[in-house]
Amino acid sequence: MSTLREALGAVWRTPRGRAGMGFLAFLALLALLGPLALPEPFRQFDLEELANAAPSVDHPFGTDQLSRDVLSRVVSGARISLAVAALAVGLSVTLGAAVGLVAGYWGGVLDAVLMRLVDGALAVPRLFLLLLVLSVPDRVPLAALILLIGTTGWFATSRLVRAEVLRLREETFVRAAEALGASRRRVIFRHLLVNAAGPLLVAATLGVGDVILLEAGLSFLGLGVQPPTPSWGGMILDGRPVLEAAPWVSVFPGAAIILTVLATNLVGDALRDAFDPRGA
Amino acid sequence: MRRWLVRRTLQAALTLLIALVLLFLLIHILPGDPLAREGEHALTPEQTEALRARYGLDRPLFGQLAAFLGGLAKGDLGVSIQYGRPVTELLLERLPATALLGGTVLLLNFVLGVWLGVRQAVRKDSREDRWITTLSLAGYATPSFWLGIVLAGFVGVRWRLLPPAGMRDPLGGGTVATAVDILRHLILPALTLSIVSIAGTMRYQRAALLEVLRLPYIVTARAKGLPESMVIWRHAWRNALFPVLTLFGLWLPILVSGSVFVESVFAWPGLGSLAIGAVGNRDYPLLVGAAVLVAAVVVLGTWLSDVAYAVLDPRVRTS
Repeated sequence: MSTLREALGAVWRTPRGRAGMGFLAFLALLALLGPLALPEPFRQFDLEELANAAPSVDHPFGTDQLSRDVLSRVVSGARISLAVAALAVGLSVTLGAAVGLVAGYWGGVLDAVLMRLVDGALAVPRLFLLLLVLSVPDRVPLAALILLIGTTGWFATSRLVRAEVLRLREETFVRAAEALGASRRRVIFRHLLVNAAGPLLVAATLGVGDVILLEAGLSFLGLGVQPPTPSWGGMILDGRPVLEAAPWVSVFPGAAIILTVLATNLVGDALRDAFDPRGA
Repeated sequence: MRRWLVRRTLQAALTLLIALVLLFLLIHILPGDPLAREGEHALTPEQTEALRARYGLDRPLFGQLAAFLGGLAKGDLGVSIQYGRPVTELLLERLPATALLGGTVLLLNFVLGVWLGVRQAVRKDSREDRWITTLSLAGYATPSFWLGIVLAGFVGVRWRLLPPAGMRDPLGGGTVATAVDILRHLILPALTLSIVSIAGTMRYQRAALLEVLRLPYIVTARAKGLPESMVIWRHAWRNALFPVLTLFGLWLPILVSGSVFVESVFAWPGLGSLAIGAVGNRDYPLLVGAAVLVAAVVVLGTWLSDVAYAVLDPRVRTS
């Protein structure tokens, strides 16, 4: 599978990949155009409506304890969740690719040191790293949250890229490029990075699902996205005390998380099969 | 084998040491002073002094690191701010509950995951195979805290089928009654954690069995006219089991992270709820202690996985 386009085409041709891609496209569109698509642009407070109102024509997902429209909040939560996931994963993938390339290409002591450090970092689950860091300040700005999630997520990626680089370096076309006098930069960027892009893309796609779950979990604990900014995890936290009286307050954001993460995993799986048909 | 074992053990020890040093550095490069806080979390000057002395915060960084590691070597993780008791003691108190929950989930995942994974591999590409994959991925996509509050709210509170929180009825009873009681409390948290984590075992079993089913000796077994169940379970599965079995150490980080949410939602008195309580109360020594313990468990799990694999598959230790 040589190009991104072909890979995406292969994903589209599998029913599950198509379902995932379709849902993600729909969600992205909703997140971007949500304000226009909703009947009343982001009417978050409905003062005429009772709090915790059941789903109705006016409020298809009901209202929460502050009489806010749950559908509007699920849609604006989608913007936050997708933005956090995309930016954080972008950061982790960049860091992971950089470290993996350096370790795999230069090898030797540098490689040994970097990989020992990565092993050590992998021993502490990401959630615990984030709990440690996030419990210090009173409020975490959104940008800092993205930065922290991104910088704690690249360890496994760097191992993956390093393994790819080690494999590719032995391939004839890389040796030929080197023998022909290609510059180091050209070998790294034109040959190694481009050919490691497949596994990297798979890892990034699956990483988006992981980060959406992680951010939701942190927000549920009150450590992630801070109210009043709507986030799916925060909405589930809000809905917890009224679960029995008004289950829709927490059920809809939960369903949004499940569908979104499922969609990214379906796409990630289909991508992996496209790049490596043996596993299918 | 012995040389391999020694090397692998040293490597595990080094990994843990690096993890500890990284944790230490993480605490020290954080912006802001973890001891400085206002309002209800404010520390008395005595507490601040005690903590500074405990962590030797007036000493140079290297001296502090030595003090941190030296304390660890003696099993001393400091004193919890929230409880005023040694962190090590608190962690050991909570460990059995987490081990019970985690062990149950491992067992559930193993039995169900292997069974479903084998079914899928045997009926590869059938409708059933595809549905099981999609359902397990949906489970994997489900936030454990959400599933937890929904199950606790409906099964526990509304329908009163199972206790929604805690580990045992405070009124107690005889030994048998207590065991049954704990088991009833265990069902919802274990089920929650299993649903969100079983996909890994299943898919791994499916892939491992498919790998084996391709081999010539399976063709031979079938050609001999053996019944299909015999071919699958006696011939193929035994060789497809090792990878699944040895992978168990690697699920530990996922289980540990998952149990943080599940324990806190179900008020299960384990390490996870202890850690969440520590976050809420800014109990830094306790939180660091929990992270140290988790890192040790993860390194041990990986080591066990590798050793199990080497024992079962001699090719690993010679290469």
